[in-house]
Amino acid sequence: MALLTCRDVAFAYEGRTVASKINLDVHEGDYLCIVGENGSGKSTLVKGMLGLLEPSHGSIRYGDGLSRNEIGYLPQKNPLQRDFPASVWEVVSSGFTARSMFLTREQKQIAEEKMAIMRISEMRKRSMMELSGGQQQRVLLARALCATRKLLLLDEPVAGLDPVSTREMYDTIADLHLNRGVTVIMISHDINAAARNATHVLHLRHEPLFYGTAQDYLKSEVCHAFTGGEDDA
Amino acid sequence: MLDIISQMFSYAFMVRALIVGLLVSLCAALLGVSLVLKRYSMIGDGLSHVGFGALAASSAMGLAPLTVAVPVVVGSAFLLLRVSERSKIKGDAAIGMISTGALAIGVLVLSLSKGMTTDINNYLFGSILAMSESDVWLSVILAIAVLTTYALFYRKLFAVTFDETFARATGLAAGFYNMLLAILTAVTVVLGMRMMGAMLISSLILFPAITAMRLCKSFHGVTICAAIISIVCFLLGLTSSYLYNTPSGASVVVANILAFLLFSLIEKLRQRRTA
Repeated sequence: MALLTCRDVAFAYEGRTVASKINLDVHEGDYLCIVGENGSGKSTLVKGMLGLLEPSHGSIRYGDGLSRNEIGYLPQKNPLQRDFPASVWEVVSSGFTARSMFLTREQKQIAEEKMAIMRISEMRKRSMMELSGGQQQRVLLARALCATRKLLLLDEPVAGLDPVSTREMYDTIADLHLNRGVTVIMISHDINAAARNATHVLHLRHEPLFYGTAQDYLKSEVCHAFTGGEDDA
Repeated sequence: MLDIISQMFSYAFMVRALIVGLLVSLCAALLGVSLVLKRYSMIGDGLSHVGFGALAASSAMGLAPLTVAVPVVVGSAFLLLRVSERSKIKGDAAIGMISTGALAIGVLVLSLSKGMTTDINNYLFGSILAMSESDVWLSVILAIAVLTTYALFYRKLFAVTFDETFARATGLAAGFYNMLLAILTAVTVVLGMRMMGAMLISSLILFPAITAMRLCKSFHGVTICAAIISIVCFLLGLTSSYLYNTPSGASVVVANILAFLLFSLIEKLRQRRTA
């Protein structure tokens, strides 16, 4: 049984199909990278996996004790949030909001653990506005970890970050995957960096161009065509 | 000083204005933080205009103003939220149409029923004498209901304000909480409208939140600070309204403008020091 299964899934907006024929299985311990150009249907698929959008065809199922509301989601950068007055603690603990009216002691403890993993414990009282882009992403990742036990879904986690923060972010995600048993699905258009850590790749252009292991992907024609045949720099 | 205060509250109408005003200022400030951050401020403005229409109609028909206005404005809150989320007409334009439309209908009803009297002035800009004893009781009950609901759902409201997509993904019924926010706002607007006036009530929602954001950088901090600012400005406005015989609504707004300028100045000075 997989954590997440898509069977012949398609999505349509107002009758126009934007993505179709998507089949995939995400098992515990996988690191799936979904790549493709802008407008290739990646974000639509994310919405589908989160249950925010019903597929127009096929089915998305959750298994192994994972329910639809237990995916730790890291959204794409939202410009509205830049000037939002919120402390690090407020944001991290909001990962539990849907579960209970007030924070339980256990939830507080989990939030503390996740902040320690993300190395943001000392920033708890600081405002999100004062943090760098990389720090903000770590806070949002801690919130995502609070919302899930097993599966992270990261939508363009390094968009807008400088090279150093980008590398740190990838390392953090790899650490969660390898050392903390978190299953990861990551959306990216940065194929080279993404495929380096991933175990599986789905390359999407409305329909899957490739779906398989990362090793096979790096040898595939799809990958070479997309990166212009350049070697991993 | 004490003389003035004890003299001020020897009048029953002043006590009524104080009780309702404090509660409404508190509600408006708390809700305002979420409304401003969600870019929903226009909804408060739209609702106040609808409220004016409803009050005008109820007075023309000789009905109790609050019992008509509360359901009508709560209904419009549903409508405005739907319109701004789904409609193909741009949300802000739709709100503008609904609010000016309701204002026009209110003016028309009032002028047909009584002719244009000073009444209309009171509705538009508020009057400290507007609250009757039964109004006060209903206002107190409704305001306490708003405050209780806000306190219970504080964390949920933060979540839908900060990141609605994430909140939805974790299974929070974001649509329900948006609606709750609109309904609480609707009730607050109607309660405050008699005293503050239809044209001025939305400033009670906007000013304290924006002023608090000059200096506070956490949601909790902004919420508490906005509540305090709102209460202090209301007390200052009410007192000056009594002392200098100025319109109550406008006096409270001016107190809020001064608070905003003061906080902005402190923010500038702070930035200069750190820079």
